[in-house]
Amino acid sequence: MSDSVETAAIAAPVPAGQSGTVVRSTVMRRLLKNPMGIASLAILLTIAALAILAPVIAPFEENFANISKTLAAPDSVNIMGTDSAGRDTWSRLLFGAQLTLLSALLCAGVAIAIGLPAGLIAGYYAGKFEAVSNWVVSILMSLPGLIVLLTIRAAFGPSVWISMIAFGILISPSYFRLTRTAVQSVRNELYVDAARVSGLSDLSIIARHIFSVVRAPIIIQTAAIAGVAIAIQSGLEFLGLGDPTKATWGVMLSEGFKNVYLTPMLLLWPALAMALTIGGLVLLGNAIRDALEDGEKIKHRKKVVSAESTTADAAKARPSRKSVAAVETGTEHHLVKVTNLGVGYPQADGSIKKVVDDVSFHVDRGEILGIVGESGSGKSQTAFSILGLLPDNARIVGGSIQFDGNYTVAPGEDRVSQERLSKLRGKRISYIPQEPMSNLDPAFTIGYQLVTPMVRVLGISKAEARQRALKLLTDVGITNPERTFNAYPHEVSGGMAQRVLIAGAISCEPDLVIADEPTTALDVTVQADVLDLLRELQQRLNIGVILVTHNFGVVADLCDRVVVMQNGRLVEEGTVREILRNPKEPYTQTLLGSMLEGKTPMTMLVSKPGSAAEKEPVA
Amino acid sequence: MSIPFDSSQGAPLLSVENLVVEYPSKRFRAKPFRALTDINITIGQGETLGLVGESGSGKTTLGRAVLGLAPVTAGKVIFEGNDISNASRKERRTLSRDLQVVFQDPYTSLNPALEIGDILAEPLGVQGMEPAAAKKRVKELLDQVGLPTDAIHRLPREFSGGQRQRVAIARALALSPKLIVCDEPVSALDLSTQARVLDLFLQIQKDTGVSYLFVSHDLDVVRHISHRVAVMYHGEIVEQGPAEVVTRDPEHPYTQRLLLASPVPDPDRQEQRRADRHRLLANQRSQIEQQGAVA
Repeated sequence: MSDSVETAAIAAPVPAGQSGTVVRSTVMRRLLKNPMGIASLAILLTIAALAILAPVIAPFEENFANISKTLAAPDSVNIMGTDSAGRDTWSRLLFGAQLTLLSALLCAGVAIAIGLPAGLIAGYYAGKFEAVSNWVVSILMSLPGLIVLLTIRAAFGPSVWISMIAFGILISPSYFRLTRTAVQSVRNELYVDAARVSGLSDLSIIARHIFSVVRAPIIIQTAAIAGVAIAIQSGLEFLGLGDPTKATWGVMLSEGFKNVYLTPMLLLWPALAMALTIGGLVLLGNAIRDALEDGEKIKHRKKVVSAESTTADAAKARPSRKSVAAVETGTEHHLVKVTNLGVGYPQADGSIKKVVDDVSFHVDRGEILGIVGESGSGKSQTAFSILGLLPDNARIVGGSIQFDGNYTVAPGEDRVSQERLSKLRGKRISYIPQEPMSNLDPAFTIGYQLVTPMVRVLGISKAEARQRALKLLTDVGITNPERTFNAYPHEVSGGMAQRVLIAGAISCEPDLVIADEPTTALDVTVQADVLDLLRELQQRLNIGVILVTHNFGVVADLCDRVVVMQNGRLVEEGTVREILRNPKEPYTQTLLGSMLEGKTPMTMLVSKPGSAAEKEPVA
Repeated sequence: MSIPFDSSQGAPLLSVENLVVEYPSKRFRAKPFRALTDINITIGQGETLGLVGESGSGKTTLGRAVLGLAPVTAGKVIFEGNDISNASRKERRTLSRDLQVVFQDPYTSLNPALEIGDILAEPLGVQGMEPAAAKKRVKELLDQVGLPTDAIHRLPREFSGGQRQRVAIARALALSPKLIVCDEPVSALDLSTQARVLDLFLQIQKDTGVSYLFVSHDLDVVRHISHRVAVMYHGEIVEQGPAEVVTRDPEHPYTQRLLLASPVPDPDRQEQRRADRHRLLANQRSQIEQQGAVA
């Protein structure tokens, strides 16, 4: 097995140590697939080629003046005509391109040379250097740029180069801030820690692990900055502050403006050159950004495709929307019944990727059903389709869901009916999430977040809802409900936040609670308390509970019945004792075999001795 | 190679003595935050010390202090007889041959822009190994952790969580270290993946005689993989001893609560454990009340 793999690896012509190229080549390919990318690249490359070849292809010297032929119209010798001094416009445009592009590069180069290293150091080391450089940056940014440039011109004379170096310094804070922010976001990544443990010097860490993060934003920023530099430089020259002995687009523009009534065409050519260059740079920057964010673009496209393809289906389903079909007789007494449910996501190529496939189960009042499975088994997707909280692009590809004798997803419907579910959600079906902290809004007090839904759903007054909320907080075992009521989410612990969410879930007296890994994010001792609370509330209120979890201990603690899911399919269903003691399916047996409880320590769990380096199954 | 640890066999590989770690407070002239108080642990050759505790107990900080990633305020970290508590970057580079790490999150512990081959070759290159020799070693490593050789030219995002954790383990093994600090290496993994990765850790120890400082919040995991176990609570070690004793018959009230809080996968035994836990909690509460009354 490993032999064949090895030969294949040797045959592959890619040498080691070229990770950058691999990444970049795909970005490059995506860039070239984008019409905007190709167009802007073509324009910029053409202009650059013309600038480089200017001495060869220009018919005249940039300052060669034919006094007898001023302000001439285009002809075979001067293909774009001549200016007021009889100089050839086409030649001057070519030489101007040289100077304009080079000075823009100089400006970006100076800005990068200052901003990039400073940003890397400030972001990586923080501390004093960052504090000092922040001061310098703030001062630079508060300087009025144009006035500084005018002063420099007055002091050093009308040199394009000096003014562009000055402008580069003035604009370097934009690189500094960009770099520093990017570096700060990865400084504490674990792979940087791993590199430190390996003994890599700071310089190598920055070069290998940090610089790759800022590379792409720097390229995009440079495209924008080069455009701005051309505009600023040409602006100065247009005002007459340029070097009159050099041909640049700004000088030509100024010249054209003086003669605008005599030969308006003189104004057109440099303006057109500038517009093409600056526009090309901006569009190139956008195209690179799109190429780097291609993943998100595919998603977007996916949505469009699916919307088109499902209009027909939706039209078919429409008649059934008004009068929902009655559920199969004999099944009305189930609180929830899921029949042959399939959930899928349309892909870019038009196919549908199924994440839930032919899943059927039911939950009765007063019963706790556990849905067990590993990541990617579709257990959360199943729960979310009962709640009607699937993402917009998800489709019900088969089956039905009924709640208390009525369909929420009737057979043949391809989406969860929000109309029907919004009447149930919060009132009769409620939800306990996995991450308690990210499910409370940090901007509002806990009390506000408990009271508002009750006022809306139950139609009671605020004061009444407040009384109820305080009682609920006591019910979920919070010793000082008054203080928790007035607290903001960040002021309580994770276990406390989960109790608050449980209080919220039962606040409107639901018939069904769906709990998605409700204790996974909690410490073990807190988990035990929360499980106790869930059991006690469920027995007291006689509600149905669907408990999504990966932990068989939690299942044993709470559940009456269990369904086991794998890769979107239902593998096994039974009472908790059947499943945990006599699992019939090999997958359930493997899962239970992976439990550590009751195993002899220091022995192999799933592999044979000596073969622990077994291949990971493809996920 | 697997020699059961015997404390009479000379000096331990790693010993941490009266370690204190404090983080400076963000606020001006405020008292620094004390993450670890007076920690004493030792790890012998080929031994695994399990470190268990709840979130915020300081177990991760202890691992980071050993690696030089957390500031040592007082006390000593002694590795093979040398005090490494304030080792310079250069000394760390030498040390990295013997002291390595596997982090919790296999998604952020591998640089997403580097190929697996480059990630694994990095520690080898730091030690000055020739590229050709490094490439050979990388292949050996991939084989050792059960990944296909063609993984060399693939990016981390092409692998599942369990496979990424194998890459992280391979990186830690690259220089044949004597001690690996494992910071919750299986808690982000699925149950069956966790079992396979634990098997891999055991197999590697059997084959190479490496020692582990194994940090986890899960008492079952720690019991399974450790020779000895230390329990942390609020920045202190509250109990320490042979794994069998600490994880089955603990003395400290917190460890007792921890043990009975972990649910077992059988409804009837779990009901029993639940009852035991409630009894324990009631006992501990009444004890505290009595102590309060005496005081």
